[in-house]
Amino acid sequence: MTNRSFFPPMADDSLWQPNRGISRLVQRVIVVLFAIFALISVATTCGIVLSLIFETIEFFKKVPLWRFLTDNQWTPLFSNPQYGIFVLISATFLTSVIAILVALPLGLFSAVCLSEYAPAGVRKWLKPALELLAGVPTVVYGYFALLLVTPLIRSFAPWISGFNGLSAGLVLGISITPLIAALSEDAIYAVPNSLRQGSYALGATKRETIVGVVLPAALSGIVASIILAVSRAVGETMIVAIAAGQNPTLGLNPFVPIATMTAYIVQVSLGDTPAGSLAYTSIFAVGTTLFLITLALNIVSFWFVRRFQEKYE
Amino acid sequence: MTLPSQAFQDDSLDFKELKFFPDLPKRYKIDSVFKFASWAAVVIALSVLSILLIEVAIDGLSMINWQFLTSYPSRKPADAGILSPIVGTIWVMVLVALFSFPIGVGAGIFLEEFIADSFLENVIEVNIANLAAVPSIIYGLLGLQVFVRWLFPLTQGRTIISGALTLTLLVLPIIIIATREALRAVPGSMRQAGFALGATRWQVVRDIVFPQALPGILTGTILALSRGIGETAPLITIGALTYVAFLPPLSLEGLHSTFSVLPIQIFNWVSRPQQEFHLLAAGAIIVLMVLLLAMNGIAIYLRNRFQITR
Repeated sequence: MTNRSFFPPMADDSLWQPNRGISRLVQRVIVVLFAIFALISVATTCGIVLSLIFETIEFFKKVPLWRFLTDNQWTPLFSNPQYGIFVLISATFLTSVIAILVALPLGLFSAVCLSEYAPAGVRKWLKPALELLAGVPTVVYGYFALLLVTPLIRSFAPWISGFNGLSAGLVLGISITPLIAALSEDAIYAVPNSLRQGSYALGATKRETIVGVVLPAALSGIVASIILAVSRAVGETMIVAIAAGQNPTLGLNPFVPIATMTAYIVQVSLGDTPAGSLAYTSIFAVGTTLFLITLALNIVSFWFVRRFQEKYE
Repeated sequence: MTLPSQAFQDDSLDFKELKFFPDLPKRYKIDSVFKFASWAAVVIALSVLSILLIEVAIDGLSMINWQFLTSYPSRKPADAGILSPIVGTIWVMVLVALFSFPIGVGAGIFLEEFIADSFLENVIEVNIANLAAVPSIIYGLLGLQVFVRWLFPLTQGRTIISGALTLTLLVLPIIIIATREALRAVPGSMRQAGFALGATRWQVVRDIVFPQALPGILTGTILALSRGIGETAPLITIGALTYVAFLPPLSLEGLHSTFSVLPIQIFNWVSRPQQEFHLLAAGAIIVLMVLLLAMNGIAIYLRNRFQITR
């Protein structure tokens, strides 16, 4: 055996095919294709804005804007139509406020518990459970609201109507609690331990550390999760369509049937509305209002996160 | 000239609030109340939700039988079943998966691997974050206008394909975000090793980065699809029917068939005043939840495996 056998035989040039040309071409095709895919998301936004604007303009050709803003009834399907959007907005506002009153304390305290108090083993099980609950379809929550919560409430207060904003709002709150809890927990858990230890070193108790140090450090993430939950509550459809009724009423009485913006869209969609009719364009006008509200919430959230985000090494 | 004490007063710190609070037992007492409140919140949230789920299981379990699963919806509660909604849900979900997986993953790869940190990436990123927060019913209005009306020649109106395309747009942002996170978790050194061997960027992505990120991508996709399965509002808006007594043919023709899905059938039954239909709704909810639990189980399994191997 000679040393030569350690070296491979001279490579046959035909085996080495640096076909860079084809590789580059494939890459170029792929990049263009994927770029188109990425632009579909931009196209979606444009599609939403265009389709909303298009029909909304049609709507306002027939209904003046000031009536949209000042009428105190919402009856576009009646013979004597009125178009007061604030009737629907007040219902959406009512259910969302009830929902937040339920979800905020429950969600935030749950997040604090999971991140700060729960042992690692418990947290490992509770976190996926929360995420699972966040994925329960809202039509299921609608069933709960109408068939379980409303009868329960009415057994205490029989004078409350069978469809009401209260039970819809309560269940809406329960449904967005896992969202607030899971996202806030992410933010709280991400606060570095050195901050907690620094606070303990100054003599603070655990609660003082959480309230005075950890929560302020996680503020941007917590607020972002709350705003996301609010916009989810505002845009939530099935719970309110099933449990709150279809009866547009101006005011903030949680015990009577009301119709939110989303419930109105569902109500019209269920009927067979010909395209171009006033009812058809009215759901786009309501949709535009809803879109603008959630967009505003989103912008506030973006601004807040950018302004208050804390970065830790 | 400012005195040191004035300088302190200019500071935003309010010394009255920072006063030393020596009553340690009281502070501990407040602490334990706080701790109790936080545990109570978890227990309340979880127990309310599980009571609701158990209640619906009790209501609906007696409904689940072969006849219920293989009959069409009917005006007579005793004959009613969920065959056509189940088949409709499967049709829509398979189509949504076929559309949204390649598009979402492609878009994610493009943003993360090809144009990371560019102006375009920033624009699309903000756009996607915005889309993820748009209420689902707005997607329904989009689908109604674009797919049902403007693209009528392609979709034939209120059909399976219109519903699938609408839901595809709805779940795309979630898949793109999940894909990007999975890609970001692949260490840069692996990419550099690929480049060092002379691979093009696409070859590195295809052969090295993508296989590594695949479990994470699949997890995100399955979770996104399970959100799509439960969506009701957008499909009601584009006009899915609540009463369908036939199955779409298993061919391209099926794409242009009208359809119903489980959540819509549930909504329809819940909205009726008769008790019998409420039980049917509970039965359909159980089927839907089992489907969702199975999908979530697969997703969680994939994620755990992924975390161990890394």
